[in-house]
Amino acid sequence: MNTSASYSLAGDAWRRLLRNRAALSGLVLLVLMMLACVAGPWLTPYSHEEMNLLNSHQSPSGAHWFGTDELGRDLLTRTLIGGRISFAVALAATGVSLVIGVSYGGLSGFVGGRVDALMMRIVDVLYALPFTLLVILLVTLFERSMILLFVAIGAVEWLTMARIVRGQVMGLRNQEFIEACEVLGYSNARILFRHLLPNVLGTVIIYVTLTIPSVMLLEAFLSFLGLGVQPPMSSWGSLIKDGVGAMEDFPWLMIFPGAALFVTLLALNFLGDGLRDALDPRRGGG
Amino acid sequence: MFRFLLHRLFLQAVPTLLVLATLSFLLVRLAPGSPFASERELPQQTLDRLNETYGLDQPMHIQYGRYLAGLMRGDLGPSLKNPGRSVRELIAHALPVSLELGALALLYALGLGLTLGILAAIRPNGWGDHLAMGLALIGICIPGFVLGPLLALAFGLQLEWLPVVGWDTPADRILPVISLGSIYAAYIARLARGGMLEELSKDYIRTARAKGLTETRVILGHALRGGVQPVISFLGPAAAGLLTGAFVVEVIFQIPGLGRIIVNAALNRDQFLVLGCVLLFGALMVLFNTLVDVVLAGLNPRIRLQKEKA
Repeated sequence: MNTSASYSLAGDAWRRLLRNRAALSGLVLLVLMMLACVAGPWLTPYSHEEMNLLNSHQSPSGAHWFGTDELGRDLLTRTLIGGRISFAVALAATGVSLVIGVSYGGLSGFVGGRVDALMMRIVDVLYALPFTLLVILLVTLFERSMILLFVAIGAVEWLTMARIVRGQVMGLRNQEFIEACEVLGYSNARILFRHLLPNVLGTVIIYVTLTIPSVMLLEAFLSFLGLGVQPPMSSWGSLIKDGVGAMEDFPWLMIFPGAALFVTLLALNFLGDGLRDALDPRRGGG
Repeated sequence: MFRFLLHRLFLQAVPTLLVLATLSFLLVRLAPGSPFASERELPQQTLDRLNETYGLDQPMHIQYGRYLAGLMRGDLGPSLKNPGRSVRELIAHALPVSLELGALALLYALGLGLTLGILAAIRPNGWGDHLAMGLALIGICIPGFVLGPLLALAFGLQLEWLPVVGWDTPADRILPVISLGSIYAAYIARLARGGMLEELSKDYIRTARAKGLTETRVILGHALRGGVQPVISFLGPAAAGLLTGAFVVEVIFQIPGLGRIIVNAALNRDQFLVLGCVLLFGALMVLFNTLVDVVLAGLNPRIRLQKEKA
């Protein structure tokens, strides 16, 4: 084992995380869930699109663990495929918000002065907008595509990230090691990307674990309203919506996708809380 | 106080709503496709006349100017898909329902959340704390569009205790309000616990206890005032979330509120109606955030409202 790594912030945080039982089980659960969604559809003997009308509305059984829907499609396979979409949208949209938020906030905090004041006023104004509505506007007015969906969600989720990164960068900006970088004649870009932003990483990771579940919820919310993922594709949100329509007679159609969403959100929350304690030792675990 | 409100109005409310109006106007107008496109092809003449009637044949900047001028007069324009009815009329009809739903859900969330949070903070890491925080964690992970159908299934369809459709009797309110408010009750419980724990560790609480005050008075009479501040700050975002969260709850329980109007308007490309709803939500959010700041300043005199202008 590399001795220097064991003293690094990351190594330290990693060990604290592994000691936290709730966080560890969250991590394990999340990894299992993702593995199931990625690999599962190949392992089940059914395809998510294959219809079999003779086999419609089967209740859960040995052959179809989650039962089948009105077109006789295997719900387990559809839930796993839907999970792929939900995870993909969550990760991609979080990625978009991460890139915009970190560069905007980093730049604003780094440059400071009037530019910073202007950039932050813009964030303030945007903050006050009812963004869920703007996303609804976007996805209904333009063609409903997956790419638009996560760009739209990412574009509304970056504001808090920008504020947090800016605050952190401003705090670090005046410290001695940055002064040393300036004395050494490093370019601004190098100082920002190589020296300032890596120090913000811990805070950013904490916020990312908060963003992923909220993005996942927003996607499910939009898909539930019929404004998100479009058929024949499905996400957990659209499966729940389909399930609610047939809830009275075939409750499992809603319960299984809902349970998948619940378990994933639970795992993300455990992991997020654990990471927060692990990366910020001052808060103290507990 | 008066100066604060004046600043809020001119430096925040007006610019925000202007940006919002411009942004959504542009989005609506730049979107490909005509609002009158439908399954059956309309003759070009009819389309031209429709566009003329609603002023959609004018250049963009004239349309924008007219729309803003209308806004100043409180005129939100006509509804394109409900002939003869104005956007204001449609909104005025649905708004009270949505406001009632939102207000009831907020009250429920505050009542349940504060109770759980305070009980949890009284004995941290005791069984009550674990129970309350466990409930809160579960609440955070069940969104309204999952909780709503589950409740409807259990209490409406299986047990037949409560109605699952409509908005007429008080009993109609129960399931929608619980579906909408529970996730916020969970957030509030967590915030209240954190705020109370921090407040209870302060010196003045030790003084209060040393004076021999009962624990109830220490908690409710002293610590609560400071401890609820994180909760109050959260009420701004929470109100915004309740308003949009109401969309799915209104759809699930078939409540004739704004949520259904806006979802349908968006799907039908009823441009003025969508714009009107977006602006209304923006205005409500600004109003609510201002209210929250006033309450916060009332609770904590160290927060000066006048500082806002900086």
